[in-house]
Amino acid sequence: MSYSITEPSSRQKTVAGFLVITYSLVTLIPLLWVFITGFKTPPDSISYPPKVFFTPSLEGYVNLFTTRTRVTPEQLEALPPPANFAEEIVRNRKMVIAGPSKFGERFMNSVIIGFGSTFLSIFLGTLAAYGFSRFKVPLKDDLLFFILSTRMMPPIAVAIPIFLMYRKLGLSDTHLGMILLYTAVNISLAVWLLKGFIDEIPREYEEAALIDGYTRFQAFYKVVLPQAATGIASTAIFCLIFAWNEYAFAVLLTSGNAQTAPPFIPTIIGVGGLDWPAVAAGATLFLLPVLIFTIFLRKHLLRGITFGAVRK
Amino acid sequence: MSENPIERAAAATPQPIARNVRGLSDRALAWWFVGPTIALLLAINIFPLIWTINLSFTNFKANRPNREIKYIGLRNYERILNDADIWLNMQATAHFLIWTIVLQVLIGFALAWLINRNFRGSSFWTTVIVLPMMLSPAVVGNFWTFLYQPQIGLFNYIVSFFTGVDPSSFEMLGSVDLAPWSIIIVDTWMWTPFVMLICLAGLRSIPDYIYEAAEIDRASRWRQFWTITLPMVLPFLMLAVLFRGIENFKMFDLVVQLTGGGPGSITELASINLKREAFEKWRTGYSSAFAIILFVTVFGLASIYVKALNKVKER
Repeated sequence: MSYSITEPSSRQKTVAGFLVITYSLVTLIPLLWVFITGFKTPPDSISYPPKVFFTPSLEGYVNLFTTRTRVTPEQLEALPPPANFAEEIVRNRKMVIAGPSKFGERFMNSVIIGFGSTFLSIFLGTLAAYGFSRFKVPLKDDLLFFILSTRMMPPIAVAIPIFLMYRKLGLSDTHLGMILLYTAVNISLAVWLLKGFIDEIPREYEEAALIDGYTRFQAFYKVVLPQAATGIASTAIFCLIFAWNEYAFAVLLTSGNAQTAPPFIPTIIGVGGLDWPAVAAGATLFLLPVLIFTIFLRKHLLRGITFGAVRK
Repeated sequence: MSENPIERAAAATPQPIARNVRGLSDRALAWWFVGPTIALLLAINIFPLIWTINLSFTNFKANRPNREIKYIGLRNYERILNDADIWLNMQATAHFLIWTIVLQVLIGFALAWLINRNFRGSSFWTTVIVLPMMLSPAVVGNFWTFLYQPQIGLFNYIVSFFTGVDPSSFEMLGSVDLAPWSIIIVDTWMWTPFVMLICLAGLRSIPDYIYEAAEIDRASRWRQFWTITLPMVLPFLMLAVLFRGIENFKMFDLVVQLTGGGPGSITELASINLKREAFEKWRTGYSSAFAIILFVTVFGLASIYVKALNKVKER
């Protein structure tokens, strides 16, 4: 079609573009502010009026990864010259590095629990989605609705008995416990999305494979899985983002060993009040992977966030 | 048709028999595929739910596991329904729910409509708009407390820049009048893109020829909007409202980080109070009953809503 009477005029397009770009820029301000604050010094971060121009500093990042203790000027004099830039920054504040902070550990917990639960949700979810898509399962619609309805429960409502159950089984504050829990939450999304993707693969491919002497399982992993690879990958990223961002269960069921980053970041406190640059540095490092995934994922976004209810 | 006689023979065999010959029956196989998922959900979703129901009839306190558990019938439920604080929580939740949905639908639909003009670079800017929604609500909420600081916060500074009000004269999170709006602003900032994406899918599903026909009939743009665009996007819009409604009824992480329910209990949404009852006051039986009431409310409202949605779709 070369010409359509419904195509908007170029003036309309310009106005629409202007409004949308204005909204986008306004909406970006808070995120940019997080990023910028991470490179400020603590006094710069709380100055009035808020500073847009400042000398960038890595103090926020140094403070994020270390714990520090205050020393007297005499003790400071007696120390050998600073071995690296981090020590130099800390000494300018009349302190020395006492050790690493817990941020690295918490971040790794997020990685382990995120990837662990994603792997498990995709493994179980793909099997279930294939089962629902290809077999006559008794009470299929009821089961599918049941799987969906598990998402309507407020997390705190299930957290009470899970807290008690985990305490009995010794699963509280363990990686395994959190992985199982996040898998249970994610699996509803995984099954619904993956079923949509598998429904789109023509049955004829598998039937041909069955006739060639493949068993059902062989047909599943040699024919269906490769075809569904894109769908599986985008579902996996959605599961990962959920587990990465989750807070309510993490704050209730973990305290130290398996605590993830979201409950930890708000508790970063400096000497004398909240250390905003360190908080901002932590938030930046934590949010960045998701921002990158979102940009890669933009084509699949809609399907993922609406449980496959809207396909485009 | 293939020339291979074996293939022809296999194709001629009735399918059920062919499958049975290969070992497991279809039904048995189906359970191998579906079973593990159902088992996991039973263990970590349904079993806890039943346990919650059971606990809701008791006076159990999780911090005193050795105390004798007494069944007290419906007394927990009675107490909750007569508790004035709980009704205040419900009001706070309703205020939050209604305003976030109204704002997100209006702004989200307007944005989708503008993006659907297909100006140059529209797909790039769509991705930019979507970013806030993918982030961790707790971390985002925590950071907005910094933006909302009186005096040093960027939000107050920008407001004072445009209106001339002294930036230290108002506290978004600390004042009883402003705190309910401060959480609505952050939720709207975060989730408007969600409504926008769904509306956009709705707008793009309307075929061009309908507009072309309307244009030939000389229907005004205004008329086209009310008789074509809006009715055809309505099912999508309603779906967006359903998703946002369920999510915001459960709202916890964002608001807990922003206000923690304060000042006083003006922004204490249902989930926040539930957390306090269950994990700070340790009134396990009482809070289990509260959890069940919340769950039944979401489930009931959602079911009624889905029925209405299906009616709109059928039209």
